[in-house]
Amino acid sequence: MKRSLLFIPGNRPNMIQNGLVLPADALIFDLEDSVLEEEKDAARTLVASALSSLDFGLKELVVRINEMSSPHALKDIEAVVPAGCESILLPKTEHSDDILELDRWLDTVEQASGIPPGSTSLILLIETALGVEKAFELAKASRRVKALALGAEDLAADLGCERTGEGTEILYSRTRLVIAARAAGVEVFDTPFTDTYDEQGCFLDTVFAKKLGFDGKLSISPHHLAPIHKAFTPSQEALENALEVQQAMQEAQREGRGAVALRGRMIDMPVLKQAERVIQWAKAARMLKGEADDESR
Amino acid sequence: MSRDNKVVATLSDAIRRSGLKDGMCVSFHHHLREGDRVLNLVLDECARLGIKNLKVNASALMACHRPILKRIKDGTVSHIECNYMHKAVGGPISKGLLESEVIFRSHGGRPAALTRGESVIDVAFIAASTADRAGNCNGREGKAAFGSIGYAMPDAEMADHVVIMTDHLAKYPLSTASIDERWVDSVVVVDSIGDPEKIMSGTTRITRDPVGLLIADYAAKAILASGLLIDGFSFQTGAGGISLAVAHYLGALMREEKITGSFASGGITGTLVDLHEEGLFEKLLDVQCFDRDAVASIGKNAMHREISASTYASPASKSAVVDHLDVVILGATEIDTNFNVNVHTDSNGIIMGGSGGHSDTAAGSNLSIIVAPLMRARLPLIVDRVSTISTPGSDVDLLVTQFGMACHPDNDELRLRLLDANLPVFSMEALKDKAESLTGIPVRRLPEGRRVASVISRDGVLLDTIKSRV
Amino acid sequence: MKLLNHAKAGTLESGDVFVTVTPGEELLIHLDSPVKEQFGDAIMDLVRKVLEEQEVTSGTIELSDQGALDCTIRARLITALERASKGDVS
Repeated sequence: MKRSLLFIPGNRPNMIQNGLVLPADALIFDLEDSVLEEEKDAARTLVASALSSLDFGLKELVVRINEMSSPHALKDIEAVVPAGCESILLPKTEHSDDILELDRWLDTVEQASGIPPGSTSLILLIETALGVEKAFELAKASRRVKALALGAEDLAADLGCERTGEGTEILYSRTRLVIAARAAGVEVFDTPFTDTYDEQGCFLDTVFAKKLGFDGKLSISPHHLAPIHKAFTPSQEALENALEVQQAMQEAQREGRGAVALRGRMIDMPVLKQAERVIQWAKAARMLKGEADDESR
Repeated sequence: MSRDNKVVATLSDAIRRSGLKDGMCVSFHHHLREGDRVLNLVLDECARLGIKNLKVNASALMACHRPILKRIKDGTVSHIECNYMHKAVGGPISKGLLESEVIFRSHGGRPAALTRGESVIDVAFIAASTADRAGNCNGREGKAAFGSIGYAMPDAEMADHVVIMTDHLAKYPLSTASIDERWVDSVVVVDSIGDPEKIMSGTTRITRDPVGLLIADYAAKAILASGLLIDGFSFQTGAGGISLAVAHYLGALMREEKITGSFASGGITGTLVDLHEEGLFEKLLDVQCFDRDAVASIGKNAMHREISASTYASPASKSAVVDHLDVVILGATEIDTNFNVNVHTDSNGIIMGGSGGHSDTAAGSNLSIIVAPLMRARLPLIVDRVSTISTPGSDVDLLVTQFGMACHPDNDELRLRLLDANLPVFSMEALKDKAESLTGIPVRRLPEGRRVASVISRDGVLLDTIKSRV
Repeated sequence: MKLLNHAKAGTLESGDVFVTVTPGEELLIHLDSPVKEQFGDAIMDLVRKVLEEQEVTSGTIELSDQGALDCTIRARLITALERASKGDVS
C-alpha cells in the first residue's frame, strides 16, 4: 500500500538525488509534463542512468512515460524498464488498445533484458472525461494494471470547469474511480494537491480522499509528504484495534465461524477488511515493530 | 575634552589621544556584520597617520573587511586575532599574505584570553549606534541599530583605552548604557558607522529546501528522543536555514507536549523571538542580534536580555550561559570519524570561517548536534581526518544528515534512546561509506606550506594549525 | 558513433553538468569543475570510458560541472553524443 507517490521531474539531477532521502512510499520519475519536448531524450537517459546506479532503498520506483500517441513512449520503456523501473504510470489513459500495445511492448522489453515477464506493472492516470467513463474497462484491460490514479488538473480542463479548493467539480470523478478500481480489484490513488506551501490544506484534502476510499495520494511536492502521511497513518489506538480484530477473526475462522463478538461489537468480513486496510497503512508507515527498516543499527 | 564631555572632533584626534603607537593592538566587534564601516575607517586613518605593525583583534572579519588586505600589504597591520574570518580575507591569508600567524579563538575564548592576560588590547574602537557625550552607548537606537553589543563588552572592560564611534549622539544620560561611561575614554561622531541595509539580513529565513527540512525534522525528533525536552529546557541554534528550521520543528513539538523552556540563547533571530513571545521559552539571552525582529525585541522586552561575550561563553568567567545549555544546533564544513568538526577551512584547506561560538557551546551544552547535508555539490561531509580541528570530537554528541544520524560512541544512552524512537542511527563510518558510494572517494591534498594560523582552544591551548596552500 | 554536428546537453544547475560536443580531428576533453581536485581524475576516467563505449575517438568534449554524480555525467555525456551524431544543424 502506498500512502504517497511523489513526482520527480525527470530532467533535474538535483531532484532525482533528493528522491534518495525523501520519505515518499513511491517515487514517480516524470518524463512527460515536467520535461520540455526538446529534452525528452535527455530526461529518459538521465532517469535510466539514475535508476541503474542509485539505491533508492525500499521506495517503489515508478516512471511516468509520455503518452502512447507520442513518438517517445516506446523509447521511454526501452530505456527505463531494463534500468530498474518497477511500474509505469501511463498518462491520459483512454483506450484499452493503448494498454494492450503497451503490454506487448513490455513483454518484448522484459524478455530482451532478462527481466521476469509480467513483473513491470501499470498504473493508469485518468485525466479525461473519456478516461473516467471507461475506468473499469481500462483497469481490466491487462493483468499488469495494479492501480488507477486521478489527474484532476487536466480533467477539470476537459470537463470545462475550474479547479477549486473544495473540489466539488471532481467529486463524482473521484468516487467513480474508487468504484471502478474496487470492481476491477486494483488500488486507487487520489489527485495531487496543488498549493505547494499549504500543508494544512493538503492534509484536509487527503483526509477527504481517504474517506472516499482512496488508498493513497499522488504528490507534486515534498512539502506534501508529511500531511499526506499524517492523514493516512493510523493512530496507535486504531492500529491496536485493527490487530485485535484481525486476531479475533483468525481465531473465529479456525473454529469454523464467520463472525465473532469483540467487546460487544460484531466482527465479520467487512470489519476485517477495514482492519486489514488500517494494518496495511501502518506497515507503510513502519509502525509495526519487526517491520522496521533493517538498514539501521 | 573634559570629564563631562569626551567627544573629540575627529577620528584622527581620537587615535592621537589614545597614544596608539607602532606594534600596539586595536580591537573591533562585528555586530555591524556586512554593513560595518568602522574597522576599515580606523585602519585607513592609522595608515594615514603612518602607524605600523598593528595587531588587529577583531571578534570577526567579514567580507566587507577585505580592505584589511591593503593594510597588511602596506605594513599598517602585521598581526590578526579573530574568531571568524570570511573567505574574502581568508583566501589571501591562506596563500601566505600575512607573515605572522593568525590567531583564531572562539567567542568565549577571546574574552578569556583577555582576562588571563594572554591577549592585550591597547585601544578598543567600539562602534555604537547611539552614544552620549560621556560614552554611555548601546546598539539599540539610531539609524544603524544592531541590537546586542555583547562582543564589545569585554573590550570595553579590559582594553587600556576605549574609543566609542557613533553616528548618532544623544543627550546625556542615555537610558540604556549597554557599555557604561566608566570604561570610556573618548567619543567620536562619524557620518556613518555602517550601512543599515547590510547590517541586518532583513529577516532570517527558515530553509524551504526539502532536504534541509528533513535534516531539521530529524534533529528535532532526536531532541525529543534525548529526554532533554522537559520544562526548563534551554536551547541555542544558528541563523542558517537548517538551524532555524530545527527551531521551527522544535517549537511544534514543545507546543504539542506543552513544554515551557527556560531560555534560548546565542545569536537571536525572529524565529526565536516568536517562540519566546508565544511563551515556549521564558527568556532570551542575546549576545548578537541577527535580524530586525531581534533588534526590535531587545529594545522593548525585559525578558530579552543582552549579555556580554564573557557571560555568554568565557571559560574564565565563574560560570557562563553555555554551561547551562541543554541543546545546541551547530554546522560543519567537515566532520571526521572521530567526530572532530571543522568550521575554519574548506575541503581544500583554505580559510573561510572560524569557530564563533561553536567550540564554546559544544563544550558547555548537554547535547551538541551538528546538522549538515551528507555532501555539498559532490563533496562528502565526513572525512577520515578534518583539515582543521575547530571543535574536538569529545564535545560533539550527534551528527544529523538527510541520510541518517551518527551518535558519538561514548554516548550509549543517547544512542539507545534514538534507536528506541525508531530514528535512523548509523555509525559514522557507515554514513561516510554511504556518501562515498554516491560521490566516489575524493582525492584529498591538504595544504603543505608554512603555518598561517593557529587555532587556540577556549582554554588557551593550541588545538590545531592551518598551513598555507602553495 | 560518428560525430556529425555540434551538440549540447545538461544545465548549469547544482548537481548537473553542462556538456558540449564538437566534431574534430583530435580527441580533446576539457573539464571545469568546483571539485576538480577531489574528483577531476575520476571524472576524466569516466568520460574516457563512456567515449570508448560509444566508440567516439575524436572530437572536443567540454564539461562544465556543478558537482554532478557519475550517473548524471554519464547520462548528459551520452545525450550530447547522441545529439551530435544526428547531423542536425540547429
